[in-house]
Amino acid sequence: MLEIKDLRVNLEDENKEILKGVDLSVEAGKVHAIMGPNGSGKSTLSYVLSGKDGYEVVGGSVKLDGLDILEMEPEERAAAGLFLAFQYPVEIPGVGNMTFLRTAVNSQRKARGEDEISATDFLKQVRERAKSLQIDAEMLKRPVNVGFSGGEKKRNEILQMAMLEPRMCILDETDSGLDVDAMKLVAEGVNALRDAGRGFLVITHYQRLLDHIKPDVVHIMANGKIVKTGGPELALEVENNGYSEILSEVA
Amino acid sequence: MASFESIEVKDGVDQETVDAVREVGGAYKYGWETDIEMEYAPKGLNTDIVKLISDKNEEPEWMTEWRLKAFNRWEKIKEPKWSMVQYPEIDFQDQYYYARPKSMAEKPKSLDEVDPKLLATYDKLGIPLKEQMLLAGVETADNGEQGERKVAVDAVFDSVSVGTTFQKELKSAGVIFCSISEAIKEHPELVKKYLGSVVPVTDNYYATLNSAVFSDGSFVYVPPGVRCPMELSTYFRINAENTGQFERTLIIADKGSYVSYLEGCTAPKRDTAQLHAAVVEIVVEEDAEVKYSTVQNWFPGDEDGNGGIYNFVTKRADCRGDRSKVMWTQVETGSAVTWKYPSCILRGDDSQGEFYSIAITNNHQQADTGTKMVHLGKNTKSRIVSKGISAGFAQNTYRGLVSMHPKAKDSRNYTQCDSLLIGDKCGAHTVPYIEVKNNSSRVEHEATTSKVDDDQLFYCRQRGMDEEEAVALVVNGFCKDVLQALPMEFAMEAQQLVAISLEGSVG
Repeated sequence: MLEIKDLRVNLEDENKEILKGVDLSVEAGKVHAIMGPNGSGKSTLSYVLSGKDGYEVVGGSVKLDGLDILEMEPEERAAAGLFLAFQYPVEIPGVGNMTFLRTAVNSQRKARGEDEISATDFLKQVRERAKSLQIDAEMLKRPVNVGFSGGEKKRNEILQMAMLEPRMCILDETDSGLDVDAMKLVAEGVNALRDAGRGFLVITHYQRLLDHIKPDVVHIMANGKIVKTGGPELALEVENNGYSEILSEVA
Repeated sequence: MASFESIEVKDGVDQETVDAVREVGGAYKYGWETDIEMEYAPKGLNTDIVKLISDKNEEPEWMTEWRLKAFNRWEKIKEPKWSMVQYPEIDFQDQYYYARPKSMAEKPKSLDEVDPKLLATYDKLGIPLKEQMLLAGVETADNGEQGERKVAVDAVFDSVSVGTTFQKELKSAGVIFCSISEAIKEHPELVKKYLGSVVPVTDNYYATLNSAVFSDGSFVYVPPGVRCPMELSTYFRINAENTGQFERTLIIADKGSYVSYLEGCTAPKRDTAQLHAAVVEIVVEEDAEVKYSTVQNWFPGDEDGNGGIYNFVTKRADCRGDRSKVMWTQVETGSAVTWKYPSCILRGDDSQGEFYSIAITNNHQQADTGTKMVHLGKNTKSRIVSKGISAGFAQNTYRGLVSMHPKAKDSRNYTQCDSLLIGDKCGAHTVPYIEVKNNSSRVEHEATTSKVDDDQLFYCRQRGMDEEEAVALVVNGFCKDVLQALPMEFAMEAQQLVAISLEGSVG
């Protein structure tokens, strides 16, 4: 479903290569995890896939369901089914969480040529999904992410993901800043969305998130490349031995 | 816990905003012109023109004299230059000071007699002049769940009032709502007593000019103890070319009364700038309360800064009585040049003044706007919330005075003044003047300047909104404190305007 081939990316202002030929494909229904030390290019990959400014693609290709997404605007990628759960969700003062959600849902529907969601259906869906993430009405009413705790922000990302029903979900260090309970809640939210038609790319620093979101495939990223790919056992290896052993092994 | 339904209606930007933007496609929505036979006074300004305007309005002699006095004064004073706006010198002799549709030569007795072309103009603007209809925004607001709310409208077309709705119903409540020209004839005792009592003839260059040549406007009197049964509104339309609009509004809220008044303005697109110099006077007696809301959407000029309205307005409320209260809310999105400081004289003890403002400037627009809070009475309170948004090559200045006089013991002011910049060629300026002459009063001033954050825009776009939707959403959020202060009728329109005014400001 998501096909990344030999993706090479520079930082726009610095002519500095950050991704040095990434190859990766995520099939529908599968959860892939990317692990790697700081500065390996994990977050850059998530930004490049979602179309953030500041990066220059110098080579390679990215296809989502056969469509070349590198040519698309960020909102077109979103409408095509790509979702990024941010490591640092952005605050938008004065904009109610509900308004934000509804605007997003309707923008995507419109881009796909669908009718707007009816107010009743929307409310019903939000209520249902918010409840399972333990998001109360008060939190839905508050401005987007303003004054939210770390856990609330991440749960809010998952709520957005649930409402937008993307084809391909990228989770960028969703576990950062979460205590064990909050991480469980977030993981449950993600697991509830696991579906035969949906792919996941879970970017994480630590193995612990993968205890809760069980990956099918684990990739190790270092210095702008995928250096090793394996099953869930690879995550445990990292947990026990650290990155250095794997890195020296592949060097 | 709040119910989901209530969240639904209140929050930030609405889908309708976005739809409106789509529909309009960036163009100024009200830029068309009504093709109608007009009657003009000769170009230029002199005592004959002043007399002619007075004569056209069939005014009593005292009014003519009042105007002439103002004109004599105006001839001796100079245009103020202290504001942060720049515009080519205005040739005051190259303007028409009076223009009315020919069909209005004989004042229609009721709206049924008004020229259908004029009625069609207001219809097209979404302003119903038929009493069974409501303002466009009201019906669609909240998916039609809103109960019916009546809004009385006084429609001013160039120099004359076309008609005023719901007069009978208001009259039975004791409220007088009519054009000022009518009030001068029908209620001279009230006009004589109050006209110029808040904004004196000598107040400033534009107010003095207005005093000499104002052609029409609205008049409101709410008698003691009466809560006005509906919202009142005036809709100003400039249609004729090279013609200035000089309207005068006088609102009197007698003891213990309440009224909410809305004002809207539009004009056709033209290459040459047009002058608009209005005066609004509000008298608030003991325990009375007035809310005055403006959505100013005069033609802002084109993308290169050609044409547009020069908007020089003097608005002031005099809280004469103890415990009186006034609240100004303005959404300023139009005009090439705006010079406007709706003010509160807090004379009565325990009186309160509030000023909520959104000023949006895009392309080459310039705005120098703010307020004056003059605390004279004891224990008076004022609150200022100003949101300035600047895009393109625009310059946006907040200028505000807070003055605590020696007798204004234990008074308080809170000012919050936020500026938002979109792009790197525009400017935002904050010029607060604070004078405190007693030591028991408290003045707080908070100011921020920020840029529309790229990360916020990217976040919105990753969720599927296009760049303009994203900007509209973020800016509406920025303005929320002020949008919430608007009556429902205007809140919808204002949200849409915020989005439309910023079209093309990113990318």
